[in-house]
Amino acid sequence: MTSTLTPVRKRSALTKGQLPKAAPYIVLAVALVLGAAILALIGFNAFGWGIVSAILFAAGLVGWSLVVEGSRKAKDKLATCLVVGSFLVALLPLFSVIWTVLVNGIPGLLDPGFLSTSMNGVTGAFDNKTVEEGAPLVGGIYHAFMGTLLITVLATIISVPVGLLTAIYLVEYGEDRPLARAITFFVDVMTGIPSIVAGLFAAAAFFAVVGPGTKTGAVAAVALSVLMIPVVVRSSEEMLKIVPNELREAAYALGVRKWRTILKVVLPTAISGIASGITLAIARVIGETAPILVTAGFATTINTNVFSGWMASLPTFIYTQILNPTSPSNPDPSSVRAWGAALVLIILVMLLNLGARLIARIFSPKTGR
Amino acid sequence: MTTTSLTKSRGAGRAGDKVFSAATLAAGCLILAVLFGVALFLAIQAFPALVAPADKIQGGEGFFTYIWPLVIGTLIASVIALVIATPIAIGVALFISHYAPRKLASGLGYVVDLLAAIPSVIYGAWGVAFLAKEISPAYDWLAENMGWLPIFQGPASATGKTILTAGIVLAVMVLPIITSLTREIFLQTPKLHEEAALALGATRWEMVRMTVLPFGRPGIISAVMLGLGRALGETMAVALVLSSGALTASLIQSGNQTIAAEIALNFPEASGLKVSTLIAAGLVLFVITLGVNMIARGIIARHKEFSGAN
Repeated sequence: MTSTLTPVRKRSALTKGQLPKAAPYIVLAVALVLGAAILALIGFNAFGWGIVSAILFAAGLVGWSLVVEGSRKAKDKLATCLVVGSFLVALLPLFSVIWTVLVNGIPGLLDPGFLSTSMNGVTGAFDNKTVEEGAPLVGGIYHAFMGTLLITVLATIISVPVGLLTAIYLVEYGEDRPLARAITFFVDVMTGIPSIVAGLFAAAAFFAVVGPGTKTGAVAAVALSVLMIPVVVRSSEEMLKIVPNELREAAYALGVRKWRTILKVVLPTAISGIASGITLAIARVIGETAPILVTAGFATTINTNVFSGWMASLPTFIYTQILNPTSPSNPDPSSVRAWGAALVLIILVMLLNLGARLIARIFSPKTGR
Repeated sequence: MTTTSLTKSRGAGRAGDKVFSAATLAAGCLILAVLFGVALFLAIQAFPALVAPADKIQGGEGFFTYIWPLVIGTLIASVIALVIATPIAIGVALFISHYAPRKLASGLGYVVDLLAAIPSVIYGAWGVAFLAKEISPAYDWLAENMGWLPIFQGPASATGKTILTAGIVLAVMVLPIITSLTREIFLQTPKLHEEAALALGATRWEMVRMTVLPFGRPGIISAVMLGLGRALGETMAVALVLSSGALTASLIQSGNQTIAAEIALNFPEASGLKVSTLIAAGLVLFVITLGVNMIARGIIARHKEFSGAN
């Protein structure tokens, strides 16, 4: 009996017409080998190998499934391949960008004085010397770093109170009034304002009020606030909405006034989410280039006064160093500086993103569960 | 707190209530005022360019002749970006919502969100230093083999700094936006619909096609519109990647220009009527993106009421 059972189980009606469990792995191995063979014929490179193998894998698995399992299962396999494939394709640029910035940026960052000097007095002659005679690279990003820091801090000081108060209005006072609905709608619309239009708005407003050609760090901060406020409102609103109503009712039942309830009960409960939302908003505007370009110009000297004079920032520094190298005949030193600044900028943004996650985790209210 | 008098405390509290609610109301109104101000100040500063005699505007043929090729260029770049990004974004969203192992899904979503965190100027630098160089052999191939199509007409740009490269960089930048919105919609698909489809013997793809995609269609449309809004206004990637020029049909030659890049490239050195012209161009961009965004938000808002998902 037992000797006849085993073959019967293998060809059971339930598993008939199905690919074996190891099928994807078998096809993958065959696809990798075949891909390597094809690439060896036309010149090997890792990227092409990945692409060719992926196509072979999908074709092999779907074809095999079509023969054994029929068209419905084959379509399912094809869809799975496409969905997973699109995810892998989406990862390519992410890794490519980070890799490019790391490889190109580290030489600039390791350059002595890169973080502590400005571009004041650095002319094309220095860069020509660096390339032709091997002189050390001069110039750095100190002025741009300070500019980014000051402009972003000022933008945060403007945006956070306005954004947070608006979110409080929407959640605590709005009660679905027409005004609240209008604000919600237009805040959503504002998130879609192109960054350069925000810059033009700030420039146009200051041109009209202060005088034509006004370009200072403060104008840039206003431009960034236009971009930052809707982000702060949206994230704070979401966080305030999930504060349990029982907490508010308990406070009211104790006779606490509404504004004190909001300040002492609602805000502390939601503060971790709000803080992480604000950090993400800062991360978003710190890399904005276009609005700063049209509002603060670009400087080569250190300027720590946001209310007068042109100001440099990391993104505009990268932009100008790539597009208009300090020495047009030898753009390499400028490109080293640009990539060094890009690395610093990407580190800042990633730290802010990481910080937002940490804030959300560390300061989240203790639920006691 | 330390106040002992009941009346005093009540008085202070009442004033606090009024001040606080007034402050929140003022902040809300300020936002509306800012949006109104954006339109108003742009219009005021743009006015001289709109009424100036035609020969004073750059190009010498009036503002509309000047802005027309820029609008078309902007649309071309955005459409390229959407054509590439939309299918991939839907695939990624499906992967995260329905295909990836449950434990990995949120982490993978975070990785895709990282794409949105990278500043646009770095995408631009990457596009010009890496992508344009790597992709120019592909353009040569396209010009040779597909050259009979007007959009792939040769000779291909040797530097790879073309509108197609700019469109690809834009696609990378709008991908996370479309992905995160469609992912949210896909996750809201009623579980009972999915389970009913599976119980009837549907494969996973059939389940997705019968329940997830029809449910998510309005969400996908509005997400694509929001991506379009972002692509239309994106400046730096285009300004750095594209070597601009006159309007051409070929996507693999240098040429074409977008509104945002035109402003960024010329505004820092502009003066006089040129400033007004560029601000007027910004106004045109603002109106276009505002329209696109309002349509997208309208679709989302209507969908919310019907779906009962919340």
